[in-house]
Amino acid sequence: RDFNERCAQCSEVNWGLTDGGRYYCRSCHNVTERTREVVNTDFMTNSRVQTISKGSRKQKKTDGDCEWYVCEGFQLVLKKQAEALEALGVCPQMKDEILCNFWRCYLQKSKQAYCKRPAGETVKALSVCESSTDVDSEPDRPSLLHLLSPSESEGDLQTDCSFASSMSKVSESTSVYSGSVDGSLYLMKNQKEKLRMTMPMTLSFCYMALLWLREPITLSELLRFVVEGHIPYLNVFQHFPEKMKLCGLDLKIFSVESWPVYEEVHNKMLELAAFLDLPRFPDITDSCFLHPDMLCIKYLMEANLPDELHNWTCRVVKKIGIGEVDFLTLVPGNKSTRKVKYDILAAAVIVVVLKLLFLLDDHYEWLLSDFAEERNKNSKEGGQYFEFKKWYEVVKHSLDVEQKKLDEERAKYVWRCEKPLFYSVKNKSKVLKRRQMVVNLQNQFGKLSGPVQCAEKPNPSSFQLSWSEENTDGSCFHGHSLKGILQEKYGLLTAMNPDYWLCTAKLCNEKLCGHLAHYREVEFPQSYHFVLRLFSFLLRIQPSYIHDEVCMVEHKLFNKRLYKKLKYNTVLR
Amino acid sequence: SSYEHKLNFKKSKEACLSYIQDAMLQKQWKRAAEFLTFYVESLEKDYSREPVGPSEIIWRIGTEILCHHSHSSIKEFNCFMEQMKTLGVKRYLKVCLEHVFHLLCNGQIDEAYQNLSLAESWRFGEQTAIQNKEMKLIQAYRGLLDYYSWSKQKNILLEHGVDAFADLSVEQEMHSCFRKAAVNLKEIIKIPGVWDLFVKCYVDLLEFYGDHNEARQVLNEYAYNSRFPANPNAHVYLYQFLKRQGESKKSLISALKILHDIVPSHELMIDFNTMLQKSKKRKKRRLGLEVIFAVLDYAGWKENVKAWSCLARQVKQIVISEKHLDWIKEEWKSRKDWWPAFHFSRYLAKRNWQENKSLSYEKALVAGILLGKDCKYFKYVSHQGCKAQVKRFRMLKKFVNRHNPVHLRVSG
Repeated sequence: RDFNERCAQCSEVNWGLTDGGRYYCRSCHNVTERTREVVNTDFMTNSRVQTISKGSRKQKKTDGDCEWYVCEGFQLVLKKQAEALEALGVCPQMKDEILCNFWRCYLQKSKQAYCKRPAGETVKALSVCESSTDVDSEPDRPSLLHLLSPSESEGDLQTDCSFASSMSKVSESTSVYSGSVDGSLYLMKNQKEKLRMTMPMTLSFCYMALLWLREPITLSELLRFVVEGHIPYLNVFQHFPEKMKLCGLDLKIFSVESWPVYEEVHNKMLELAAFLDLPRFPDITDSCFLHPDMLCIKYLMEANLPDELHNWTCRVVKKIGIGEVDFLTLVPGNKSTRKVKYDILAAAVIVVVLKLLFLLDDHYEWLLSDFAEERNKNSKEGGQYFEFKKWYEVVKHSLDVEQKKLDEERAKYVWRCEKPLFYSVKNKSKVLKRRQMVVNLQNQFGKLSGPVQCAEKPNPSSFQLSWSEENTDGSCFHGHSLKGILQEKYGLLTAMNPDYWLCTAKLCNEKLCGHLAHYREVEFPQSYHFVLRLFSFLLRIQPSYIHDEVCMVEHKLFNKRLYKKLKYNTVLR
Repeated sequence: SSYEHKLNFKKSKEACLSYIQDAMLQKQWKRAAEFLTFYVESLEKDYSREPVGPSEIIWRIGTEILCHHSHSSIKEFNCFMEQMKTLGVKRYLKVCLEHVFHLLCNGQIDEAYQNLSLAESWRFGEQTAIQNKEMKLIQAYRGLLDYYSWSKQKNILLEHGVDAFADLSVEQEMHSCFRKAAVNLKEIIKIPGVWDLFVKCYVDLLEFYGDHNEARQVLNEYAYNSRFPANPNAHVYLYQFLKRQGESKKSLISALKILHDIVPSHELMIDFNTMLQKSKKRKKRRLGLEVIFAVLDYAGWKENVKAWSCLARQVKQIVISEKHLDWIKEEWKSRKDWWPAFHFSRYLAKRNWQENKSLSYEKALVAGILLGKDCKYFKYVSHQGCKAQVKRFRMLKKFVNRHNPVHLRVSG
């Protein structure tokens, strides 16, 4: 690009960029030490935060470092995420107004800024931490190293805080154990009431802002964009300016080693909305993207199902009242209503409609398919009738291919970034040496990998599976007709299928066991399992979550019958 | 797995590892290398708490890939090994040793020697003591390579004849190699273990320089010291040495006795039986019969003419002397149920006759004595033999006919 030197190895001028920002020669794969200049971002988006929360802060300590607080770090993270979302097409209002305000509100409520006494000072007064953990419990290493040494899980926060307290008593002025000023205190505080900020919570903030603005991005999509790298999350700290040194306990706060989980982000978002005392969110009406009618269109398209099914999803939505504004709109703090997960809900509605029309008991749907096939063979006039069998084959094939790709991508995921992380200064040289060795090995085996596939980030796309009507191979089912499986009764179109089976006769108490129902593959028909698998892939969540939602929808739909315990042809499972 | 939506670093790397393993099992080295590239960042999170950590995994997998991949060179391999040596100090000597093995397999003797010398001079605090065993091995292999040099020089000198001893420098070098080799080889074989190669070389050195006593002691230790694992080769080496030294039959026989106990099917059992048969002591001759019967229990000896001729000779001798038929009876007792089908079927008779007349002769004799003249094997072979008018078969027929009642006595 802008780098015009000749390659040392092969004298070509054909450069590309590695993930780490180094130039590499595309002809002979020689990696150079030259990096693209990283743009220094100004981390102060709002200087008011600084003036209120600090007394007199020194700008320069040693080595041109500056003091920074953990919440400033998170602020930077949020800023980056908002910018990425804007680049994806979200309106700029999100970044400049909504997210900003949410964040300020949070800082105020958690007493980290915008208030008289920032939390940092109060904590110093704390003497001994509750749990009486022996500081010298590990005789061969000092207790603080236990906290600093890399550990796989997030670690038990209670033990973290006990060690951190003993450590901060030892040396308060030192920044050896955390680059930030309040890193250790941050982890130590009993955060139950104050909703301590974490990396997954940044996504909760983003989603909350998106929901407030009713932007056309669902939570599952947001999380997928995060995993695909379109939204900074993993290693976002590498964009912190040089002056903000990250080390020691900061790593526990900002370094991420697992993908955010839908449930976790969603629940945190609800907690956050309540914590901030937000009012009722803007209404989700039937013209909103998040409304089940709209989302169903999207998912039906992606699942390669006939457009005609949309009539049915709308009927179900209307019948059980989940299209009502009051049902869909988020009212923070209201514990009585079940919170809506728009994407999962829409998927569940589609699954229920499929069950209504095709029964999905591993027999009936194939029977219907055979009839449709006969009809399609014999009469060429009129459109194609929808054949379940063909649909299954086409979609399964694509799904398997994509799933396989996804599995491989996950195995090839690169977690580390160029910016090395040290727990302590002692650790630094070892970390750097390791990094160098890793880079060497990557180069060595990279050369043996065969043709170089330089991982360009795939363009962000709302649709993971796409089907085109222009394909002559008949692999697109959008325009297919449901005529073969419908009949007219009393002027109303109904399904020919007279039966229905409930996923569960009785719903569990979600508060007790966390689920409405318990999904075990072996207990359900293969077709049902397949359909769940399809949406599980599209939404990147466990099939059991969709199953839960399906159970909920079913119970609403058959509410009257269930409660009146009338006899009807339903096969209970 | 399809349903693993909760992904973290550890699971991601586990998945990566299983892809590597699959690729390796299917010999898809490019693919294995590709996934290994993504696996190596595990080093940055090496916990050393698992029994096998990422650094060891990378070492072993990387070695495999580099060995088999078509585009990899020995230079790359060396470079990789050097990096692996710095990865885990607790494994340092082991990695050195394996590196040396690979170099030896690729014929890079000099490089191997250099690496061994380097490794020998390695010191790392208490690790040096902990990795004592590996160090001994390194010294032993260096001793082995010294022996190899010595051997080369010796051959050069021998080729050029006695006059060439005037070439002092070669001779001196040879002696110095000997000293270096002897020191290290002697050390390793003190430790209980299986050191066939080292023992052989050491004994070779000792014999050349005339120190037969030491050689004998070494071999005795190796064969008879109960701290050493049971090793048939130890007895073979001892036997061969004693034979070279012209020892008495008595000591040769005693050397082979344990070998018979451990490996009744060993090829030296033929020599053993031959010696025993000729012995004046009854017990020894009895043992000889036991030995040769035991040998022929094994499928590998079924078509061995020498083995059958030994058995035939001894059986014949016993029958003629009319003494000790009970020996045959004892040996036959546990075999009469299965030897007929195993050795003396009609099918085998035909095949043996077609393929190897001598074999069928010897076998026929044994069959005739043990099973009588009417047994399938003997009938077929003697008939064929007489038809072909081969003299010895006619003699055989007569012999067996004459001693036919023996088989009744023997089958009891």
